[in-house]
Amino acid sequence: MRTPQSYDGVVIAAPFSTPYTRYSTETAHHWLARGLKGALDAAGLRKEDVDGLSVASFTLFPDTPVGLTQHLGFTPRWLDSIPMGGASGVVALRRAARAVQAGDADIVACVAGDTNQIDSFRKLLSSFSRFAMDAAYPYGYGGPNAMFALLTDRYMTEYGATREDFGRICVAQRDNALRYPNAVMKKPLTLDDYLAARPIADPIALFDCVMPCAGAEAFLVMTEDEAAKRGLPAARISSTIERHNAFPDDPMQLRGGWEMDRDTLWSCAGCGPEDMDLVQTYDDYPVISMLQFEDLGFCDKGAAPEYLRNKDLTVTGDLPHNTSGGQLSAGQAGAGGGFIGLVEAIRQVTQTAGPTQVAEARKALVSGFGMINYDRGLCSGAAVIEGAA
Amino acid sequence: MTDPIAPPPKKNPQKPQAVPLSPPAARSRAALGLSAAAAEARFALQHCAECGAVQYPPRDACHGCLSTDLRWRDTDPAGTLIAETTVRTSPNLYFRRAAPWRTGTVRLDVGVSVVAHVHGDCEKGGRVRLINRLDRAGQGVLMALPEGETPNMADDPELRELTCDPKHRRVLLTDARQANAPALAKALLDAGASVVFVGEAETWRPYPQRETLAAMEGVQLLPLDVTDTSSVVELAGEIGGKVDILVNNARFVRPGGILSRGDVGFAQREMDVNAFGLMRLAQAFGPGMRARGADGVNNAVAWVNILSVHALASDPAYGGFNASQAAALSAAQTLRAELRPGGVRVATLFVGPTEDDWHQDVPPPKVLPKALARSLVQGLRDGTEEIWCGDVAQDLRDRLRQDPKVVERQVSEGGA
Repeated sequence: MRTPQSYDGVVIAAPFSTPYTRYSTETAHHWLARGLKGALDAAGLRKEDVDGLSVASFTLFPDTPVGLTQHLGFTPRWLDSIPMGGASGVVALRRAARAVQAGDADIVACVAGDTNQIDSFRKLLSSFSRFAMDAAYPYGYGGPNAMFALLTDRYMTEYGATREDFGRICVAQRDNALRYPNAVMKKPLTLDDYLAARPIADPIALFDCVMPCAGAEAFLVMTEDEAAKRGLPAARISSTIERHNAFPDDPMQLRGGWEMDRDTLWSCAGCGPEDMDLVQTYDDYPVISMLQFEDLGFCDKGAAPEYLRNKDLTVTGDLPHNTSGGQLSAGQAGAGGGFIGLVEAIRQVTQTAGPTQVAEARKALVSGFGMINYDRGLCSGAAVIEGAA
Repeated sequence: MTDPIAPPPKKNPQKPQAVPLSPPAARSRAALGLSAAAAEARFALQHCAECGAVQYPPRDACHGCLSTDLRWRDTDPAGTLIAETTVRTSPNLYFRRAAPWRTGTVRLDVGVSVVAHVHGDCEKGGRVRLINRLDRAGQGVLMALPEGETPNMADDPELRELTCDPKHRRVLLTDARQANAPALAKALLDAGASVVFVGEAETWRPYPQRETLAAMEGVQLLPLDVTDTSSVVELAGEIGGKVDILVNNARFVRPGGILSRGDVGFAQREMDVNAFGLMRLAQAFGPGMRARGADGVNNAVAWVNILSVHALASDPAYGGFNASQAAALSAAQTLRAELRPGGVRVATLFVGPTEDDWHQDVPPPKVLPKALARSLVQGLRDGTEEIWCGDVAQDLRDRLRQDPKVVERQVSEGGA
């Protein structure tokens, strides 16, 4: 495998998150428009200045990003659709960055978001994937809750993790969410609350699950010169990886594609896990955050419970993690859940995170994980980004 | 250990009846292969004809070599339960009502991981075997059972949803005059049926096994003539709300093909009993059964038609009769679709030549009433849609799978 080229000359700017709502009568088009407008306003750009568009959404049907260009009046010379759920942020970023680097586009607006009408989640579940339809839904129809319950059960059996270990992740994220104005969950959470919560699919209980909601997340990718010309705070991309359907012969998913690509990630970034000022993992279900810490090299396989027991994961801690509360506390706005960590990380390394700002944050690791096609998540990705010195 | 199911309490007519709900029924075309195997309670998975790789979930091309030649084959069901969960809430109404629901991941020895229903007696980390059964939506699903038998195993609530076990259920057997009636009634009672209603046509006319039937505890003889609409409707009015399993053994058979008979007199009678009789029963009892698909321990679960296997390939020596069997089989396929929303299974018990006065000159092997009764109960316990009773029926089934046209020629030449 060849070593990927650097992303020299390309930056990320104008991170924007709409407030989320639990349910919405609006459409995906509405939320994506708000996400795009927010990012453009933040950059002082007009719609016409954007010549590349990258869209991730589950609820645009019957439209696709093609229809969205006419609906929203964009005339891009580069258009991308990222159907990768929780990995969509990292994947949108690395593709947009190459397009800008190669000159296929000057400014790419990346947006992800969904609506959540009263019945959308049930509808989304019923048509999520063929394997899920054939081999998951007929067995208790627990949706992703049941599949992650199985993974969590297996992880606990294999590595001796306890519910307290998962609970600590959730409690720290709720702490962070209390600082984040857009978070849906605004009530403090204690470990006792976590342990006493209503069981959903054993060993998963209420606070292991994300809350589906409506909202959008967006950012812009452009050349370093363009950002400088406009005086925009910007972040550089040190390294990215992407992998799909890794380790298909593993009986169950106890590791993700990151394990295949982490050496590439860190060698291209020229740094290691210990250099990160903050980490944004994809957190629908805390067990997945543990897999990411392990597979991305923060600790050995199976050692995440022990490793995290000795860390403070809050904004002011020694390993700030999911600083806006993550999906567990800020909410999961459909495909926006694949962007939330990246958008927050851009704010962090550009020192624009406001109430959740980690002091002197310069380097961040963002990780994505998506698409429970049947019994495991198929997409994984990660990016290291860095603010100006 | 599974707790034995208690007999259901008397129904309170003032309480609203639970409406039938279905687990998710949508499947890809490939996955219907699993349902087809489940219709016969066979555990089969797709195997690649080129590289041999076993596939699950069902695919259109091999994940090992991209060959599109995938074939459903009976497969070793042994594996290990490597993870489990109990689903306590679901957006699906069927599972929401049935919760808590145990599911798990089984790693099969053949090297694929399967999410399956899990019997209460399975131990996590322990050895299990998978079975493939039709669920209440009529689709094939996999369930992990303990390797060996455990006490009251069939009473596991998840397993009982996949079967039509006669235990604690009420059965209507439609024709007391058939020589097989006492054996069928006894087998159903032995299997735990709480009552077997047996329909009796022309009650004034004596028949040999009446005394035996009348003496059986749990049997109730009731007037029923499947050729008389008002008789069928009247009985449905009386017991329609408490028929959980209907076994249609009504049959009129005479030897003879088309040309040898000279007129359609017998053929009309065969059609009237065997095909129209089925339709009359369906119109009178079907709607009530469909509505009672979720009615507690003794909900409506199954409708079984006993038909000659020559419904599938006619033996000309009984050509007129076989036409009525083919008609009944086709009607049963429609009934199957019509009862599916209630979760009520329509099964066909295919039988070879039976040991009776109308098959005197047919050479053995012939099916005895006891064997028929055994197949019936086994079919109900397995929840199958197709039950093959006797060597002739099973042989014909196997040959039909190879080449139906060859079978037609063989059977028409007296090849059974």
